[in-house]
Amino acid sequence: MDWQRLHLDKTLLFALLGLAVISLFVVYSGSAKDVNATLGHFMRLLLGFAVLIMVAQLRPEIIERWAPYIFIGGMLLLMAVLTIGVIGKGAQRWLNLGLFRFQPSELMKLAVPMMLAWFLARDTLPPTLLRLAAAFFMMVVPAFMIMKQPDLGTALLVFGAGTFVLFLAGIRWRIILLLLTASVIAVPFAWNHLHDYQRQRVLTMFNPEADPLGTGYHTIQAMIAVGSGGIYGKGWLNSSQAHLDYLPESSTDFIFAVFAEEFGLIGSLLLVAIYTLIVARSLLIAYLAKDTFTRLLAGSLSLTFFLSFFVNMGMVTGILPIVGIPLPVMSYGGTSIVTIMTTFGILMSIQTHRKITE
Amino acid sequence: MLNIPIKDHFRESRLFNARLTVVATVVLVLILALFLRLAYLQVFAHRHFETLSQANRVKLLPIPPPRGLILDRHGFILAQNYPVYTLEIIPEQVDDINALIEELKQVVNLNEADLKNFRKQLRERPRFENLLLRSHLTQEEAARVAVRRTYFSGVELEARLQRHYPLAGLGVHFLGYVARINEQELERIDKAAYRGMRHIGKLGVELSYEKVLLGQVGFEKVETNAHGRSLRILERIAPVAGKNLQLSIDAKLQSLAEQELGKRRGAVIAMDPLTGGVLAFVSTPTYDPNPFVNGIDPDSYHALLNDPDKPLINRALNGLYAPGSTIKAFLGLAAMEKGEFDANKPITCPGWFTLPGSSHQFRDWKKAGHGVMNLHDAVVQSCDVYFYKLAVAMEIDAMKKFLAAFGFGKKTSVDLQNESEGLLPSVEWKQARGQKWYPGETVVVGIGQGPILVTPLQLAAATAALANHGVRPKPQLVRAIVDAKTGAVREMPTEFFTPIPLKDKQHLDIQIQNLVDVVHTNKGTAYRIGYNAPYKIAGKTGTAQVKSIAQGQAYSEKLTPERFRDHALFISFAPAGDPKVAVAVIVENGGHGSSAAAPIARKLMDHVILGKAPTAIGEAGPAIENEE
Repeated sequence: MDWQRLHLDKTLLFALLGLAVISLFVVYSGSAKDVNATLGHFMRLLLGFAVLIMVAQLRPEIIERWAPYIFIGGMLLLMAVLTIGVIGKGAQRWLNLGLFRFQPSELMKLAVPMMLAWFLARDTLPPTLLRLAAAFFMMVVPAFMIMKQPDLGTALLVFGAGTFVLFLAGIRWRIILLLLTASVIAVPFAWNHLHDYQRQRVLTMFNPEADPLGTGYHTIQAMIAVGSGGIYGKGWLNSSQAHLDYLPESSTDFIFAVFAEEFGLIGSLLLVAIYTLIVARSLLIAYLAKDTFTRLLAGSLSLTFFLSFFVNMGMVTGILPIVGIPLPVMSYGGTSIVTIMTTFGILMSIQTHRKITE
Repeated sequence: MLNIPIKDHFRESRLFNARLTVVATVVLVLILALFLRLAYLQVFAHRHFETLSQANRVKLLPIPPPRGLILDRHGFILAQNYPVYTLEIIPEQVDDINALIEELKQVVNLNEADLKNFRKQLRERPRFENLLLRSHLTQEEAARVAVRRTYFSGVELEARLQRHYPLAGLGVHFLGYVARINEQELERIDKAAYRGMRHIGKLGVELSYEKVLLGQVGFEKVETNAHGRSLRILERIAPVAGKNLQLSIDAKLQSLAEQELGKRRGAVIAMDPLTGGVLAFVSTPTYDPNPFVNGIDPDSYHALLNDPDKPLINRALNGLYAPGSTIKAFLGLAAMEKGEFDANKPITCPGWFTLPGSSHQFRDWKKAGHGVMNLHDAVVQSCDVYFYKLAVAMEIDAMKKFLAAFGFGKKTSVDLQNESEGLLPSVEWKQARGQKWYPGETVVVGIGQGPILVTPLQLAAATAALANHGVRPKPQLVRAIVDAKTGAVREMPTEFFTPIPLKDKQHLDIQIQNLVDVVHTNKGTAYRIGYNAPYKIAGKTGTAQVKSIAQGQAYSEKLTPERFRDHALFISFAPAGDPKVAVAVIVENGGHGSSAAAPIARKLMDHVILGKAPTAIGEAGPAIENEE
């Protein structure tokens, strides 16, 4: 089959299909054998792959041209969500579009790196300080707005995606050091803007046993799930931690704990290997990309994907604080799968249109 | 704007690739860290987390065993268990107890007493324990709670076995009861053996056979979810039910005796003289033990405690009475056995007795005197003067020694706890209290007055020893221990004490004949129950001056004169030649032994020997000459 002509990347596609198949089994187990949830997950995966294939057909030039408009549109939607949230006096992430609900913050995970890549590609690299400041502004504003929703996980990913673009764009080490220092100084400021439960999560990470029935509970229960899985695991559908309700969010954010408990170290390593393969392949696509925009975008998307799976697994295994970042592809949930698949659609587009362009 | 020089393009590319190398390295290092973390959790710390996971999900729940039943000799149930639905709350799992109670009020009926009791437990018990909110839920209430269970956190609906005494107060003084385990008991008991249990034997057989009745706790290994709800049973070790007790008590005889005593205070013991098996063990008034099981309310308890009839006192076991003339049944034998006194030589009874060198007159109950008396006549007519002289001749220490052989002054070792010893006075005893023994005290002990004190149970056991020709079986309430599951019956062996030492066995036969004549000759003090008896009864009446009973509680002054009346006593066994039953009866302030106590004994003996209650005794009887 001529994958190139179909604008699909074989390695990525099969790795993603592998994850998708595994995820169906784990969602079934993690949702306490909820057939409807599993079917829902399956439908989302189908939709995701459809979106992937469609996006992959788009030429990178088109994506580049659309980037500013998507970013501006995303910002407007984000403002809309915040406004509705203020009126509704509560956390608001969703925009109800009648037929389906849409999470603008998910869109920003793509729109921010696209916008930054587009913006920086307008000039030679490394960027000037002024451009850098403008780019920084473009990523910090949406990240801050998302954090206020409050959705720390997505805010982190948006911030990460932007940072990756800046870093790959060749921003000088001096400036990186400066920014690092600045961010250390900014920590107390950011801390003040965190919600109480977010602060608790961060504190808990450093000492989960301090409050085993309170905020540390989730971390401990997740670690118990992973640890009790051992080398070979308890077997599919045998996650007692999930089935007896000890694990929170067992089909969404904590699905890796269910997987690790049921399939043990062997399963976990296989899963991490698949994720690593995807990240490696994506980075290779970035390496092979021929122009600044596609390079920066592909690099940023690969690293954002890495960031989300690493933070998720890190939080489940107790080395990172609990931030609501789902495990890409595996976690049951709405817009996230479509976003991820769009990411890979873009990556495949970059990969498969390259040679034709030449 | 897009006019980018070629060398810049290369430079950009090189810069980008350098950066990409850096991030790829970082990514690799982080993934390696993740590998290590997973290996640590799933290999090195696996055991630790495996244990935690098990602890999370597996709980060991105790299954209390059903307590052994208590049955009478014919299989009538005296103590049983029946299932009741209880509504219990685990405070730890409840966010707002008050709100929960308000909600539960919509579902079940909760009264003030329930809530008061619950709040008391809430203050005193640990928060993780099930606390009783309501007991005895109706089927409908239980169903209403059951369907709402998922909405209530920390609410448990339990079907528990509750101890129940179907005959209420019948035999409460030997049966006892179970009640909540209290703080002191909690210190003393083996907590493992009582896991999941809340009750323990407090009194009577329920206390003395606690270990037999208890059974063994079973366990259920259950899988529980994060909310503590049991989901499925992984393993089950069945409890072993407590063993049943078959008593030697005859519930019908017990009931008859209680009826006969009626509202009077008193005690009755009937026992099999051959085995020591106790057939009836009565102390009146009785009380219903059932309210004690789950904690009697303070008002009812104080009412029982302050009742002038003192129902809580076990008169049969702890009542200390002067034996009065019943002691003559035993001392009459001493007259023949002991060398100090010539039983064959008649004496004259003028109606009074004085010690040499003293003007104090010890009166006979018959003012005019009995005239010339031999031992036979003295026993039959209960002549006091004869026994004054016997006592003086024997002296107190010899009397003590002789009576001690019958078990007086010592616990009978019946299978109940906290038995009283009674009192056999002696010179030494008096000296130990820093007092001198007066010869006059010796005189009155001869007719069972003065410092001598016996319990009804001791009197019955001593009577049984007479009936049994000096062989003394230990009184025993439990006849057999029955394993309900296997049907295995373990008979309790009959234990015997040292027999009464006798110089001549004939003496006992003579004394038994004397006692038969008490009942069956028209001079006898108990002729009113003997004249129409179809079998031979050996008996002795007694009338004792009022003493305060055990625990040193004096009767309320306001309630005298009735309470100053003499206690009526009667001891007997029958049939005289082939004794089947020995009976001791004490009716407090009953007046004469012959009229108040003897008829009760007759009815019991009729029931045992004839298997029926006789027609009115003594009502249309002969004129009674001697009414002692």
